Amino acid sequence: MRSEDIAVKIESLTKRFGDFVAVDNINLTVKRGEVFGFLGPNGAGKSTTIKMLCGLLLPTSGRGFVGGYDIMKESEEIKKTIGYMSQKFSLYDDLTVEENISFFSGIYRVSNSKKKERMEWVLEMSGLKDRKGAITKTLPGGFKQRLALGCAVLHELPIIFLDEPTSGVDPISRRNFWNLIYDMSKAGTTIFVTTHYMDEADYCDRLALIYRGKIIAEGTPNELRREHMKQNVLEIETDRFVEAMEILQQEGIEAAIFGNLLHAVVADARIDIPRVKRILESSNIRVARIEKIPPSLEDVFVTLIESA
Amino acid sequence: MKFLRIKAIAKKEIIQIRRDPLSLAMAFMMPVILLFIFGYAITLDVNNLRTVVYDQDRSSLSRELVAEFRESGYFTVVGYADTHKDIDKYLDSGKAQVAVWIPNDFSKNINTGKNAELQVIVDGSDSNTATIALGYITAISELYSQRIMGGRITPLIDPRVRVWYNPELKSRNYIIPGLIAVIMAVIAALLTSLTIAREWERGTMEQLISTPVKTPELIIGKLLPYFFIGFVDVALSVIMAVFVFEVPLRGNIFLLAVLSSIFLFGGLSLGILISIAAKSQLVASQISMVVTFLPAFLLSGFMYAIANMPKPLQVITHIIPARYFVSILKGIFLKGNTFKFLIFETILLTFFGLMVFALANKKFKKRVV
Repeated sequence: MRSEDIAVKIESLTKRFGDFVAVDNINLTVKRGEVFGFLGPNGAGKSTTIKMLCGLLLPTSGRGFVGGYDIMKESEEIKKTIGYMSQKFSLYDDLTVEENISFFSGIYRVSNSKKKERMEWVLEMSGLKDRKGAITKTLPGGFKQRLALGCAVLHELPIIFLDEPTSGVDPISRRNFWNLIYDMSKAGTTIFVTTHYMDEADYCDRLALIYRGKIIAEGTPNELRREHMKQNVLEIETDRFVEAMEILQQEGIEAAIFGNLLHAVVADARIDIPRVKRILESSNIRVARIEKIPPSLEDVFVTLIESA
Repeated sequence: MKFLRIKAIAKKEIIQIRRDPLSLAMAFMMPVILLFIFGYAITLDVNNLRTVVYDQDRSSLSRELVAEFRESGYFTVVGYADTHKDIDKYLDSGKAQVAVWIPNDFSKNINTGKNAELQVIVDGSDSNTATIALGYITAISELYSQRIMGGRITPLIDPRVRVWYNPELKSRNYIIPGLIAVIMAVIAALLTSLTIAREWERGTMEQLISTPVKTPELIIGKLLPYFFIGFVDVALSVIMAVFVFEVPLRGNIFLLAVLSSIFLFGGLSLGILISIAAKSQLVASQISMVVTFLPAFLLSGFMYAIANMPKPLQVITHIIPARYFVSILKGIFLKGNTFKFLIFETILLTFFGLMVFALANKKFKKRVV
């Protein structure tokens, strides 16, 4: 890969807070123009990594480059090329929508000729055209989130870092938000996004899964499904799914609840479908349906985390 | 440094200040209220000393002496005692601060050319008032004896004293200009002490430090709106000094404005520095109060003369910017000083301001920890 095709490169990056190792010797490469998903449960080290990449936090050891700039020495250069949206809403609550946008155009020194156009663009993408005079505090979560994204990318920056951009946002707003991310990606922007919603993983071009500070898997969604899921996933429909899960777990079969269905991970579906059925029916649990399904990324991650 | 970014930050601060009318009202009311309270409360003038008279002589001469005391304006006779015990009662209860006892041989001694005694007791528990009272008593009795002697003795030395700058020796005239310096030292630091800490507390700083904004741009942008508020505060204080407290303003107003601006720059920068170091609004405002009010009140020479302090304390006063502003204000108000008399103070204030500004820039890190 040519170096100009690389947006982010991390080599044995580590961050310690006292005795606690928040990020433990991780390596990553993000290509220019891709949507890179950084997944993991809360407290896994996602925000710490993203802060180090944005020049907000100094790593304890290792190396990292963002847009070709060294995160150790050139953090101010990095800040000129990135947009960052932090996990916590961090626009000015007491300013109006328009005032917030205008403030960040000033900070990013958007030229007077482009200022109006960018203002329109942010208002459009955030759906706040009719509410540009509203005090930001009064907006619903989804709108705030999109406004924050708009302000972070106002300057049409080549790389943007989004830290849990969809946490606490309703499913429709989340969908809209991802559409925005796709649009920016199509326009050539590199997007580095963290999330703990496993269902959002499929939206990304490539993924890394971080758990307890370590990267435990990396690849495209399909690669991850293929490589890390050699076993089969069975979907079981039953009205007593909680009991059923407990019984299967006692038998040493990995089982987890998905909505009101039960997923069980087995070595070979052909042999194990009758076996699982037998186990459950011997406990008087009626199985309405049992079949092999392609594993979702959530299945992959649950398996990976349980074996980590 | 880019003007556009400074402008964006200053504009944002102004909007935020405007949206918080209570704090804005406080910023303008504070100097007025403080000046009122302190201006009226602190006075070193001694008037209307409560006096009890024990006149055993009951002669025309003794009554004349009492009248001298009363007419001086410094003494108010609150009662007449008939016994020594009465005097004790008046002084013990605090009803009187001064007791004047004229013995029964007072007029007899004067008329026969002997030395007439006059016993005066002063409540020394307030030593400052007592000292001043003693001075008045000595002066009044000397004048009185000279008068009844009919100028038969001419003193060897006849001092003709003139008081410059504050001819009426009104303590208010010298307290108020100094007080403005003390109040402005506190207000300047308080005004800016919240600005950086608030952004850390609300989380907005995390967004701001991820942008290419430079530290001096951020600090200057935040200083500008508060500089304007501080300047209005100084103007309000000066107007009050002249029109409410009737302190003479003899110097050049323009010079006063320029030197006040230099002082404000240092004071506001100090508030920013504290805000950067504390990262919490509560802690920052408390630190600002303590580090400005106490030194400015005690060590600036606004009330307590620096020359009377122990040597080590005198050395410390040099690092307190309020000290120089007190000299500047007293100089411009009372002496009508021109710039050439205030060069030393101006240089040190400028130096202090630049130092604190540089320190604030150095202390601010565009990182989360």
